Amino acid sequence: MNFDYSEEQQLLADSVRRFLAKDYDFETRKKIVASDEGCSAEAWATLAEMGVTGLPLPAEFGGFGGGAVDLMGVMEAFGDALVVEPYLATVMAARLVARAGNEAQRGSVLPRVVEGRMRLALAHTERGARYNLAQVKTAAKPVAGGWQLEGEKVVVLGAPLAEKVVVSARTAKGISLFLVDHGALRLRAYRTLDEMRAADISLQAVKVGADALLGEEGGALPLLEEVTDFATALVCAEAVGAIKFACDTTLEYLKTRKQFGVPIGTFQALQHRIVDMYIAHEQARSMACVAASRADSAQSVRERQLAVSAAKIKIADACRHVSQESVQLHGGMGMSEELKVSHTFRRLTVIAQQFGDAEHHLGRFAALDTEGT
Amino acid sequence: MDLNYSQEELAFRDEVRAWLNANLPQDLRDKVANYGELGREDLLRWHRILAKKGWVAPAWPKEWGGTDWNLVQRYIFEEELGFVGSPPLIPFGLSMCGPVLLRFGSEAQKRRFLPRIYDGEDFWCQGYSEPGSGSDLASLKTKATRDGNEYVVNGQKIWTTLGHCADWIFCLVRTDSNMAKKQEGISFLLIDMKSPGITVRPLVLMDLGREVNEVFFEDVRVPAGNLVYEENKGWTVAKYLLGHERMNTGRVGASKRELAKLKAFASAQPGNDGEPLIRDPRFRDKLTRVEVELMALEITNLRFLDQMRRTGQPPGADVSMLKIKGTEIQQAITELAMQAVGPLAQPFVPVGSDAEFDAFTAGLAPRYCNYRKTTIYAGSNEIQRNIISKMTLGL
Ligand SMILES: Cc1cc2nc3c(=O)[nH]c(=O)nc-3n(C[C@H](O)[C@H](O)[C@H](O)COP(=O)(O)OP(=O)(O)OC[C@H]3O[C@@H](n4cnc5c(N)ncnc54)[C@H](O)[C@@H]3O)c2cc1C
Repeated sequence: MNFDYSEEQQLLADSVRRFLAKDYDFETRKKIVASDEGCSAEAWATLAEMGVTGLPLPAEFGGFGGGAVDLMGVMEAFGDALVVEPYLATVMAARLVARAGNEAQRGSVLPRVVEGRMRLALAHTERGARYNLAQVKTAAKPVAGGWQLEGEKVVVLGAPLAEKVVVSARTAKGISLFLVDHGALRLRAYRTLDEMRAADISLQAVKVGADALLGEEGGALPLLEEVTDFATALVCAEAVGAIKFACDTTLEYLKTRKQFGVPIGTFQALQHRIVDMYIAHEQARSMACVAASRADSAQSVRERQLAVSAAKIKIADACRHVSQESVQLHGGMGMSEELKVSHTFRRLTVIAQQFGDAEHHLGRFAALDTEGT
Repeated sequence: MDLNYSQEELAFRDEVRAWLNANLPQDLRDKVANYGELGREDLLRWHRILAKKGWVAPAWPKEWGGTDWNLVQRYIFEEELGFVGSPPLIPFGLSMCGPVLLRFGSEAQKRRFLPRIYDGEDFWCQGYSEPGSGSDLASLKTKATRDGNEYVVNGQKIWTTLGHCADWIFCLVRTDSNMAKKQEGISFLLIDMKSPGITVRPLVLMDLGREVNEVFFEDVRVPAGNLVYEENKGWTVAKYLLGHERMNTGRVGASKRELAKLKAFASAQPGNDGEPLIRDPRFRDKLTRVEVELMALEITNLRFLDQMRRTGQPPGADVSMLKIKGTEIQQAITELAMQAVGPLAQPFVPVGSDAEFDAFTAGLAPRYCNYRKTTIYAGSNEIQRNIISKMTLGL
């Protein structure tokens, strides 16, 4: 048993943390959020230089073949700094290309992602599908020279920034993936609650070539499930960083804010509340380890799914609990958009639901856990 | 024991409900239903409709426009007001400054201010909290120094709701800093927002809404005639207000309406299996719990009301539990609404011109964020628990 990061993992996490503290502080982040693109080309380039974009991608394309555990420290630093770069979206799509793509597709996409010259997005969620990955109504019909896509995708994270988008669609054989150029898509873009960029995409008679099909026709569902579990493990680690920040900054506030002539942290009613936040943080950290480690090396799909769902249940609860309490214990200041804690609140609110809220994962866990009983 | 309203009370409720429904303009109704931002004109429009009917300040004495309704009727009216989904009646004039003037104001002050509050000509805001004085309100520092026939006010208020819309602000200010107790030496002052030396600066909340402000006072001259009650006795006035008319702090009517909306939404919204979300037992049970909480709150509220009607005594510190439970329920409903929309809760600010949001779903996340305020303002829930612990339980 060993819960420590390896020396390499620790080094990378430390240097990412140092870089973000210096060049992605809260004031800088505000400017990035308000900019036209809503993300930072410089930050992306630096992350690529540090190897962060290449870390979860295969070595043969310049990556490091890393897994979720390798990324935990990085994601935690992202959560602390509230990074709004389309990293998660790019990693999800890139790993699908790596897993399913043919040589041409992998060769044209992965090296550029590794080098920080290409960002990607995964367009899968549809209106009304909630967190059910199997529900895809977008259709892909074979036409002369390729395929025609028809349907709608919603809340496609990072879509406005992506050069290529992996789009899921139903064909005669089942759910399939297509690698589509950004230019072929019509987007309705927006800033999300947690200040990232996303878009709804309407696909109206979008024609793509035969070479756009990514992987085996009809074979996408297990891949989507796998990459979503991987991404869930990443946001669990990210949540730990954000939760840690919320706990630390609230603790600091309890020590410095005075009412009735004393620091409010001297009130026992509040002491117990911050203790419960602290406990929630430690448990979230434990469960983030479970998710990452099993996402990398579970013996079976079932084992992976159980672990990721268990982690997400605890993390979703902790996200809600800690975000709400951190605002409450700040009083009016916690409501102010001037303070970082209210932005951490918003990110934690989204993470609590991203890739399935606690109830969704309770359902998946309970079903797997009681199978055959 | 009989938990039901009497025939007369039911008839009264039906009359109020029918009138409100018939007279609430559709555009205001839609705006409220979609959680749109309500400006001064929206708020005043509805205020004036009720004023014209004679229903805008039921609790005021008849000579100032009150209705002479009894306690239960007033409660029913407020619940129906919440339930119909109208813009809120802003309390600062009608149920804060008004009652204070009725109890403590001079005849001249009553004649000058009450009719304008009633008719919705003056918009009021509340200047209590300061950066250093929130829960510990009595530590406030904004200073008013007597200079001939005027007070000169210097200092800062914060979190002033709708200060940017207001014509007048009622403030707690310090008129004597040398008193033994910090509650002494505070005065209750009415200040014209157009006075030179006042600066209003918006304070953006995390839902990005325009709601609260910082208000700065720099050598603001206020006629001494705007002092309410006696100098250095402002705390008595403030305490009266705190104990006054808090029977509706639970906001049962508004929560009933929000819960009904949530149910309708969850019935139309597919769950993971494609069936309506409301049939998903995990979601439904959470919804049901909130519904039962709301029922318990409503009955507790009515029980207190009944007690008050019989004994003539206000329930005292125990109304704090109505605020605690009421706000927890309001927040729980916004949380469930977020859960119900699922991934579609994320879109927040459109980018570019062709972005279009569904007004209702787009309102849910900002509302969830915004409603965190309910357990903080009007005496935080921690302070409400302190009140019960001290006053009722004697700890
Ligand atoms: C949206 C909004 C609108 C508002 N509108 C107005 C307005 O129109 N006019 C106005 O005057 N004010 C207004 N307020 C201010 C509001 O009344 C204060 O925010 C509130 O009194 C809390 O004060 P504070 O923000 O300074 O927090 P603090 O008093 O600093 O409290 C911080 C935390 O400590 C807790 N705490 C403090 N003391 C104790 C204690 N003794 N025991 C246990 N816990 C304690 C609090 O509950 C809170 O969780 C508004 C606030 C908000 C958020």
